[in-house]
Amino acid sequence: MGDIKLMKGNEAFAEAAIRAGCDAYFGYPITPQSEVMEYLAAQEPHKRTGMVLLQAESEVAAINMVYGAAGTGKRAMTSSSSPGISLKQEGISYIAGSELPCLILNVMRGGPGLGTIQPSQSDYFQATKGGGHGDYRMIVLAPASVQEMSDFVKLGFELAFKYRNPVMMLSDGIIGQMMEKVELFPQQPRLTQFDQTWVTTGKTPDRKTNVITSLDLDPARHERHNQKLQAKYLKMRENEVRFEAIACEDAEYLFVAYGSSSRICQKSVKLARARGIKVGLFRPITLFPFPETEIGRMATDLKGILAVELSSGQMIEDVRLAVNGQVKVALHNRMGGMVPSPDEVCDALIKSFSIG
Amino acid sequence: MEIKNLKPEDIISEENLVYTKTSLMMDKPLSFCPGCGHGVAHRIIMEVVDELGIQADTIGVAPVGCSVLAYEFMNIDMQQAAHGRAPAVATGIKRCWPEKYVFTYQGDGDLAAIGTAETIHACNRGENIAVFFINNGIYGMTGGQMAPTTLPGMRTSTTPYGRDVALMGNPLKITELVALLPGTYMVSRHAVHTPLCARKLKKAVRTAFENQKLNKGTSFIEIVSNCNSGWKMTPIQANKWMEENMFPFYPLGDIKMNGELVKKTE
Repeated sequence: MGDIKLMKGNEAFAEAAIRAGCDAYFGYPITPQSEVMEYLAAQEPHKRTGMVLLQAESEVAAINMVYGAAGTGKRAMTSSSSPGISLKQEGISYIAGSELPCLILNVMRGGPGLGTIQPSQSDYFQATKGGGHGDYRMIVLAPASVQEMSDFVKLGFELAFKYRNPVMMLSDGIIGQMMEKVELFPQQPRLTQFDQTWVTTGKTPDRKTNVITSLDLDPARHERHNQKLQAKYLKMRENEVRFEAIACEDAEYLFVAYGSSSRICQKSVKLARARGIKVGLFRPITLFPFPETEIGRMATDLKGILAVELSSGQMIEDVRLAVNGQVKVALHNRMGGMVPSPDEVCDALIKSFSIG
Repeated sequence: MEIKNLKPEDIISEENLVYTKTSLMMDKPLSFCPGCGHGVAHRIIMEVVDELGIQADTIGVAPVGCSVLAYEFMNIDMQQAAHGRAPAVATGIKRCWPEKYVFTYQGDGDLAAIGTAETIHACNRGENIAVFFINNGIYGMTGGQMAPTTLPGMRTSTTPYGRDVALMGNPLKITELVALLPGTYMVSRHAVHTPLCARKLKKAVRTAFENQKLNKGTSFIEIVSNCNSGWKMTPIQANKWMEENMFPFYPLGDIKMNGELVKKTE
């Protein structure tokens, strides 16, 4: 068993970064995720593992430092919150186009614009549909606990290198700020040996130059590059779907929620069952690839689905596509940093489907 | 032997050879406009990497603009960066591989407009990289628009009646600006339109790479060059115009050497 500690989600993420053998972190302060860099700085990761830590002049610079580091085969990462993640979109698009592995954490806050520093889930579209320009996707992991803020760092890097693709952890202000018990995994070595076939570490006589680029002015070749990327995203859809189903075996109704919303819904399931309503919780862990087959399969036996989100209703679009009209899908949402109570969600279920 | 029967190898024999192209320049025609200075700048940097024997330890960063295709011609590992972001990309590489040689090759729009923040902060941190800055006072690749370094009164496609500084602001002397930052160890301005200028540049480029080995901080070399296509001139006219107009505003020479500002003797 690893070390057990009481930590904030942001701190658990930072500790996990060091333990996962991350080579470099580049960031810029923004609430509610500033603890990530603060924790790293206090830990002096260059002394613990040799990990590079640099506070950049902007989120734009930070993501481009990640690009440079990732292009040399290193495990590189950055973290930010919604407005900062918007600034990183150009870099993320380049990283996806150049097929570089890296990990990006978004501790979501309310928008649009400067919005609020309170928690929100309104960057779902940006994360899952490609927030930057061009046809690309990222694997998006949605942690729902401080434990997952730690575990998904390791998983995220594994997936990033498996597909040579950016991986985003889509967290929010609640998961980032709350303290919970976390079992930390043991220290892993930093990346000392890696696939040298594509990295830019200096051209040796035994090979041609390696070039990291997303540019190709030949349309036929560039179309092939895009087809290759799409084939990769299809493989992710086939192999990387992750979800959790709670009390779904006999369920007549279903909450679909991720991240902090799913934590609230866990309590709502108990409240509703105490009132005799057979409801379960389906929690997508990967938002891309979205567990559409699983939700579609479950929908046939259900009387109704309630999507619960801290946004105007973004994930619900993927739920509806998965359900494909088999059953009514309703929404209960809060925005701008407001968070529903478990009772409120339970009442919304009863009202949406006129139960009892 | 009659002249018409002469083959190239009869003239260019081993003992007559005074110059060979470095193998660090790819064997393909440059895509730059005839008369452009980019080709000479490319060659000089690659000659220095070749002569120092550091090809296996050198990583170049080419951003957006005419410099974007540098990796097509430079026979070294390279990363293509987003517009203006080359110093940040180079920082990411260098921090992970402090023993490698890392350089950026950027134009004026890239380095002194969209990438000003990345330029200044990389220089201010004293990243151990070399920055090669091609200043031709214009956006060449996009068709000759006003650049941050376009001279007052200079005609471009977005200042067709000449740059009106009251309206469009003043040209930015970013090289003098970065020389004031504590992180820069060497700041120098050069040209490539004459053999003498090219030789001086080569010496400076060599110093820039040597500074990296010694962890001295940022070496920043501006190369004032022509853009005959963008300026709508013949190459000879463009070089003459550059000497008469660009050099008085962007005077050639060392600005900062060994971490100390060079005193100007008027």
